[in-house]
Amino acid sequence: MKSSLIIVSFFALGVFFGHFEIIPLSVVDNDISFYALCCLMFCVGLSLGNDSNTLRRFTRIDPRFYLLPVATIVGTLLGCAIIGFLLPGRSVIEFMAVGSGFGYYSLSSIFITEYKGVELGTIALLSNILREIMALLLAPLFVKYFGKLAPISVGGATTMDTTLPIILKFSGKEFAVISVFHGFILDLSVPVLVTIFSSI
Amino acid sequence: MFIAIGFMLLGGIFGFVLRKKEFRNISKIIILLIWLLLFILGLEVGSNPEIISGLANIGVEALIITLAAVFGSAVAALLLWKHINNKRKGLHEE
Repeated sequence: MKSSLIIVSFFALGVFFGHFEIIPLSVVDNDISFYALCCLMFCVGLSLGNDSNTLRRFTRIDPRFYLLPVATIVGTLLGCAIIGFLLPGRSVIEFMAVGSGFGYYSLSSIFITEYKGVELGTIALLSNILREIMALLLAPLFVKYFGKLAPISVGGATTMDTTLPIILKFSGKEFAVISVFHGFILDLSVPVLVTIFSSI
Repeated sequence: MFIAIGFMLLGGIFGFVLRKKEFRNISKIIILLIWLLLFILGLEVGSNPEIISGLANIGVEALIITLAAVFGSAVAALLLWKHINNKRKGLHEE
């Protein structure tokens, strides 16, 4: 929760600086953000590939739980598609691009800004922060009405770090490996799916 | 557009090959880059008067998308949970 507050304050600071023109916009107009994004992606890949535990841990899961990331992805995209179909103004694909952030607000908003513009990027940031907050605050409700896997699905890409403690508390400790596995797969799927929906 | 994903794969291969080596500062670098990129996103939002004036609408839109995504994934998780538990029960009855 603390780290998300810091991240939001960096965004807010940027809004403030931009609004009062404290920093010249030429900083934004050249490609700094794209180069930084490529560096970021390289580092994310490096940290995943470098962790020899991540791959070893996944061999000990009940095979049926491998379907949970698929359920999360299909459920999320279906929900976004339906609401995008009902609401006027924006295309279904744009709703699905925002939804495929799966709570990974930093990466998804950066990607969508790069490919689809600032407005949808901001929507992606807010929407995916809200998803993480809901996963953190409403976990007991999800367990009660949607079963013990629901907090993991709602947590999306955050279930291997930020929301993991909450999930273990309300679903049970036996869900630790499933939750980490789920977060790992969703983490990987965010850049891929967001790029796909941004380029259709 | 797929350049960034290419960089992630490259990093993954690099990290796997050098997995004997520890990259202790990598998570700090990741956080710093995320801060930088969100600061730049903020700059773009702040300097765009149309977005600033439409921030309330954008917020509502974001909330609606979140509710749809959360509800959709919760229902999918419920279906999988029921499916797994039914199979377990079936096994016991046999």
